[in-house]
Amino acid sequence: MSHAAPSPARPLFAGLKRLPEFLVIWVPLLLSAGHVVVFTAWTTWISFTPSTLVPVDGWVGWRNYTNVLATRNWKIAFDNLLIFGAGFVILTALVGLLLAIIIDQRIRGENVLRSIFLYPMAVSFVVTGTVWSWLLNPGMGIQKLVNDWGWTSFRFDWLIDRDMAIWTIVIAGIWQSSGFAMALFLAGLRSVEADLIKAAQIDGAGPVRIYTRVILPTLWPIVIAVMVILLQFAIKTFDLVRALTGGGPGLATQLPALVVYDFMFQRGHLGRGSAAAVLMLLTLLGVLLPYGAWKYYQRRRDARA
Amino acid sequence: MRDASLSRALLYAVAFLLAFLYLIPLAVVLLNSLRTAEEIVQTSMIGWPRVWAFQNYTAAWADFCIAQTCSGIRPYMLNSALVTLPATLLSTLLGAVAGYAISLWRFKGDTWIFALVTLGVFLPEQMRLIPWTIVLRDVGLTNTLAGLVMIHTVQGLSFTTLFCRNYYIAIPADLMKAAKIDGAGFFRIFYRIVLPLSPPILIVTVIWQFTGIWNEFLYGVTFTTGTQQPVTAALIALSASVADVPQHGVQSAAVVIAALPTLLVYLFGGRYFVRGLTAGAVK
Amino acid sequence: MSALVIRDLHKRFGATDVLKGINLDIDNGDFTVLVGPSGCGKSTLLNIIAGLETATAGDIEIDGRVVNAIPPKDRDIAMVFQTYALYPSMTVRQNITFGMECRNVPKPQQATALERVAKLLQIEPLLARKPAQLSGGQRQRVAMGRALVRDPKLFLFDEPLSNLDAKLRVEMRMEIKQLHARIGASIVYVTHDQIEAMTMATRIAVMHQGEIQQFADPDTIYNRPANLFVARFMGAPPMNTIPARLEAHAGRPVVVVGDTHLPAPPSIAPEWLGKPVILGIRPECIAEPTRQFGDGTAPSLTITAPVEMTEPTGAETIVVLRLGGTKILARVAPDIRLVPGAPATFAVDARKLCLFDPQTERLIA
Ligand SMILES: Nc1ncnc2c1ncn2[C@@H]1O[C@H](COP(=O)(O)OP(=O)(O)O)[C@@H](O)[C@H]1O
Ligand SMILES: [Mg+2]
Repeated sequence: MSHAAPSPARPLFAGLKRLPEFLVIWVPLLLSAGHVVVFTAWTTWISFTPSTLVPVDGWVGWRNYTNVLATRNWKIAFDNLLIFGAGFVILTALVGLLLAIIIDQRIRGENVLRSIFLYPMAVSFVVTGTVWSWLLNPGMGIQKLVNDWGWTSFRFDWLIDRDMAIWTIVIAGIWQSSGFAMALFLAGLRSVEADLIKAAQIDGAGPVRIYTRVILPTLWPIVIAVMVILLQFAIKTFDLVRALTGGGPGLATQLPALVVYDFMFQRGHLGRGSAAAVLMLLTLLGVLLPYGAWKYYQRRRDARA
Repeated sequence: MRDASLSRALLYAVAFLLAFLYLIPLAVVLLNSLRTAEEIVQTSMIGWPRVWAFQNYTAAWADFCIAQTCSGIRPYMLNSALVTLPATLLSTLLGAVAGYAISLWRFKGDTWIFALVTLGVFLPEQMRLIPWTIVLRDVGLTNTLAGLVMIHTVQGLSFTTLFCRNYYIAIPADLMKAAKIDGAGFFRIFYRIVLPLSPPILIVTVIWQFTGIWNEFLYGVTFTTGTQQPVTAALIALSASVADVPQHGVQSAAVVIAALPTLLVYLFGGRYFVRGLTAGAVK
Repeated sequence: MSALVIRDLHKRFGATDVLKGINLDIDNGDFTVLVGPSGCGKSTLLNIIAGLETATAGDIEIDGRVVNAIPPKDRDIAMVFQTYALYPSMTVRQNITFGMECRNVPKPQQATALERVAKLLQIEPLLARKPAQLSGGQRQRVAMGRALVRDPKLFLFDEPLSNLDAKLRVEMRMEIKQLHARIGASIVYVTHDQIEAMTMATRIAVMHQGEIQQFADPDTIYNRPANLFVARFMGAPPMNTIPARLEAHAGRPVVVVGDTHLPAPPSIAPEWLGKPVILGIRPECIAEPTRQFGDGTAPSLTITAPVEMTEPTGAETIVVLRLGGTKILARVAPDIRLVPGAPATFAVDARKLCLFDPQTERLIA
């Protein structure tokens, strides 16, 4: 039998036949990967131009950045972000963990409770902000209700208190996002190997000890993942503040995302707005890159083990 | 054993207290949506309706004035639906195919592409506002729903591709090998083997995309104006008009209507969502 | 003619050489078993034969046709996987006919082929079920059915019995062997289990670290292992390998272990005299002193060595004894009483001794 000739260059029609395949692979991938690269580069470019109402060519070096960094608006927004970020992330994770632990106790009505803790996630930040602005408004919310009951000296006016207003955002944020944290924690708790728990029971550990010594330690990779996700929520927070406080009173609840919007569309300074957006991205990368590096290191270590 | 039943009782007490706290905002909005504006002004936002003001809903739906247009939130709800449904379906479908390609067909540069797609999940919207403005202008979709569909589809691809990829990566390599030996190609393997395994992750991506796009505000308020705006933007505009003449009853009714689609999606799909989320999200 | 020829095949994954120059020539109708410890590159080799993986260098020829650039579906092969790889969303029937569906085989022809295979494997009652509703053994049969329905030039099996329990594995081993005898197909069968290799193969290729150590019929592999690796890998318990010296006594070459002297195989080259060698001897070639090897035709030979421990298995007793400082195993009849600590005498099958070069580890006699 004669040997078939080694296959020549792939015939054209075979390439054409695979065209639909290439299209459905590459069009979405290039759109989604491409717009990330192009848009990031584009906005970064604008941040170095003297653009105001419309993008223009030109080069102003770091001027937009120094300008933004020098504004009171940005400084306060960034300080607020530190408080809000820390408070929101830590408290949401803690509340989420508490909810997950409660639900993990095989209690009755588990499905109903889970739905109750999770439903705020279905609601937009705009709705969340609006509703909490009513509840926290001293003139018509909780304070008014308690005052009307007769406890006239009761004060709960964080919404109009410059020092405390940022915590109203934290409260609404926790209400909105703790169900999400709960869902992820619960999955982690439920995926602990049954044999591990049995072994601990045989070792004579009580339920509390099993929890703190056996189950929770297996959860920390999820805890970190949840905190990173929450932290990037925090850095991007915009709608919630718009609907709840509008950034006020004064600048008390101003956050970087609002500053960007303010520069770009209220003051008509696209260059500075872009610079502020790039600063936001850098903040975000400050969180994501260490996390990514840590994950990468872990994967390498696991692969070697 | 007394100890155990005591801690059990404590557990239930804490659970129900927390459930109560979580339900307060929902209860307040629902009740207010049935109270008259006068009643709310006289007492507080929190209270039981003295007279049932069902007319709040008709007002909110069809004839309340938002920024000079007195048509209620009906047109804005329609806008949101016309943006959310196509963008959800398109981004889920394309993301599923892309996730399938990236997880089960190795090709040159796939890790780089995937890294960039993942980055797209985290890239702040603020970095994309100006480029999108210019792109919308150049393709002639400024202030149109089609423009929002395009934006949400492209951006949603990051999420859907990531979720589907993380789910499909668990499909055994041997299954793909067997299918290739059987002579199945890219599309046949997708719709005969991969797609039938996909409902759990598709439910997650659909719910995620639907709620995300329905609830989105920044793009809606930036890229559309007037009667082209989605319902989230309309709610903010509504609270601006309400600031002058308090109409909290109608506003509450509008909030309820606006939140209803996503609440229903969660109510019916939440269980699958939680189950599938862990398959796709944390990897 | 050859069913499969592999020429100088290399495969690298990044910096690691997984296959380092594989050469094989497999005849039509042969049942070739590729055996080796896990991680030695068996699956990689099989995947390259199937076209699921591309070689770094070298040629694959199936039925006289170089297939290097031909996709798996056009290579005229079928494959059975260790995990079975049944399509979870399809019924057993659809699993088996999926390949024909992909090749646009007409429906009536599909039905005939399905019927033939279902009858052959006795899986007719399972056809409407989904893989999740099958037991491990049933899944295994369906996976075989999917391969058999193709009637290909070459069957590839990648550890198809590894996920079965011991009893079922023995049954299926027999069944696959009978199946081969009945349909006379060419088979390349991968396993890490040397018993599977010995029982099923007409030819065995022993692989280690990406290289073929020996390619021969089972008898040769077992009795004349080409090197120490093959000697130690094949057989359970494995061949005893004992450091020794080759010396001349009364003009004849003798293997000296401690103070035990054994006649060297006649094929040993004289230049080994006075040098260290490694003596290889299978445990079953050391037995109770009354044993007659080869129906009594073998020259009688005995050794005396202290017994360390005995392990009765029921059918026989494994004895650990010490020969010249090395622990070795012997297999004696179950009714023999041996006292640990005391020396005992054993019969040795002098025809089956192997000698290896301690440096190259190759068989020298
Ligand atoms: N895709 C791959 N990338 C990198 N290394 C691989 C890959 N596939 C297999 N290997 C490595 O090649 C070696 C041989 O693997 P394999 O052929 O699966 O062995 P076997 O089937 O004999 O157990 C192993 O060390 C394995 O780690
Ligand atoms: Mg293998």
